[in-house]
Amino acid sequence: MKFIVCIKQVPDTTNVKIDKRTGRLIREGIPSIINPEDKNALEVALRLKEEFGGEVIVISMGPPQADEALREAIAIGADRAILLTDRAFAGADTMATAYSLGSAIKKIGKYDLVLCGRQAIDGDTAQVGPQLAEFLSIPQITYVLEVNIEDNKIIAIQELEDKRVKWEADLPALLTVTAEANKPRYPSAYGIMSAYKEKEVEIWKMKDLDVDEKRIGMDGSPTSVKRIFSPEPKGKGEIIKDEPKKAAEILFNRLRAKNIL
Amino acid sequence: MAIYINRDLCSGCGLCVEICPFNGVKLDEEDIAILLDACNECGACIDECPVEAISIELIKEGVIDISKYSGIWTFAEQRDGKLTRVAKQLVGKARQLADILGVRVESVLLGHNIAELAQELIQCGADNVYLIDHPMLENYQTDLYTKAIYDLTMEKKPEIFIFGATHMGRDLAPRLAQRIQTGLTADCTELTVDETERHLLQTRPAFGGNIMATITCKNHRPQMATVRPGVFREPEKDLSREGNVINIKPDISKSYILSRLVKFLKLEKKIVKLEEAEVIVSGGRGLKGPENFPLIQELADLLGGEVGASRAAVDAGWISKDHQVGQTGKTVSPKLYIACGISGAIQHRAGMQASETIVAINKDPDAPIFKIADFGIVGDLFKVIPELISVLKAKKEKEMVV
Repeated sequence: MKFIVCIKQVPDTTNVKIDKRTGRLIREGIPSIINPEDKNALEVALRLKEEFGGEVIVISMGPPQADEALREAIAIGADRAILLTDRAFAGADTMATAYSLGSAIKKIGKYDLVLCGRQAIDGDTAQVGPQLAEFLSIPQITYVLEVNIEDNKIIAIQELEDKRVKWEADLPALLTVTAEANKPRYPSAYGIMSAYKEKEVEIWKMKDLDVDEKRIGMDGSPTSVKRIFSPEPKGKGEIIKDEPKKAAEILFNRLRAKNIL
Repeated sequence: MAIYINRDLCSGCGLCVEICPFNGVKLDEEDIAILLDACNECGACIDECPVEAISIELIKEGVIDISKYSGIWTFAEQRDGKLTRVAKQLVGKARQLADILGVRVESVLLGHNIAELAQELIQCGADNVYLIDHPMLENYQTDLYTKAIYDLTMEKKPEIFIFGATHMGRDLAPRLAQRIQTGLTADCTELTVDETERHLLQTRPAFGGNIMATITCKNHRPQMATVRPGVFREPEKDLSREGNVINIKPDISKSYILSRLVKFLKLEKKIVKLEEAEVIVSGGRGLKGPENFPLIQELADLLGGEVGASRAAVDAGWISKDHQVGQTGKTVSPKLYIACGISGAIQHRAGMQASETIVAINKDPDAPIFKIADFGIVGDLFKVIPELISVLKAKKEKEMVV
């Protein structure tokens, strides 16, 4: 079976800091990582490969340095890695991203399962997965917790806000995988050797794909950023500095006065 | 890209059927041209059509006639026959925007035997409700919901279409936007309109809530966005408000289903319903370890609320992710939010700053959480919370006696 895992290299937003004076994002020194839930998607692919055999291909669209994320994926266990990198792809919104990734997947040829993380921690959109499934005209199952393949069908448990749902679809299909699905494995010593000494990340440019130039990058993106700004703080509240017992009583009285308690 | 046939214009001449090299179009029982799955989107029929009823929605500037799109649509998500809170919040917001633009608010309601929910949407501010009632739509299914809403959208052409950023909304909206070939902005925290350009200004947090970005979709329609539950207030219902319920017969069948619903599963553990909670008491890094969350729980129980947590506490493994409030967790807007030992990184604030009243308890007087708190106690939470618990208990007992 052929498993394709879409991964994204993202800044580790847990470490993002703001310059206190300017209110701007400090970008320097922020480590880049594989988007956490994409690792859960990779883990699903690796486990299915162990059970059913086949090949795990990781694919990413991004700047040349995304090579690092793909090598890490090889070290974790992927068999093959493809990086879509071209200035023409830059500035893509989720629709143009889905089109570009989808065109690359079509070039890979026959596949059984496409796996994505539920969402990326830099954008948090959770849109590329379903948009990719629509572009490829294949079934989608989102928010996936558990996966199984039976009789050439995918069986997946989806987690909703108030319930879980069991879905079934014919292959090929696309899944978006949540952090709760599994615990991703670490790179193995053999994997690290393979990633940095043996295997290469294949570089695909725009001209390597059968794509319409108007549908990629910024030109192919219906949405654009009009303005970027720092969030504004809310108006000043009351600070209670009394000792704990007194402070608790004051707070209680204030909340009571506002009809909250 | 998609070929689109305007049923109102089609004369039923059948020239498109003759010219089509793929047998991708036929005349239906009303003698109106409809596309079949075999359509290759080659566009041969467009030039052939004498009445210009066939068009192709190209993603190219200016090709889509934006002026033909009008009205604000909301997706009226219902679960088990009840409207979600966000469905009502969306109608309230859509009403405000529609009044600025001078257009109608229309809600799209799908399901089975849910007609009475249409009135509730009207009471919240909708002018029209498109009711798509069908046994196959009783439970959400990606492909059927996408097909039914896509057909209606292409026919009626709304200029704005908003969805709740629930699991259902985030499964449906991207698939739909891709089929329509229009822009979609996720998880907006503010929506306004530019009156002259009629652009929807969609503001959302990015980089874990560290910055805000305003997104527009200039040349494509509808302008689509998802909005997190709890970001907008639920409107007051006007029971005397009148509107129209328009019944729509969907063109759906089993053949459109790609993913099949097998069954619903029972959950073993209690679901944490932070989005619905009126009171939330949250703990962060200041709690120092999982053994101190029962203190938070006790306070929450006394107040009839739920327990929340910061990302730091969740990442440290002190409490499960379903408790997480913030940009990568849940967005909440309870009546009372008490943040205990939470410094208030932007990523956390993005998820709770819409709360009506915010209380912060933190040792560090410079913690950013105090900037958005209505009441802040600078002090040791391990001393303050027990005092708060005993005040609450004492008052409770006293009131019981009285």
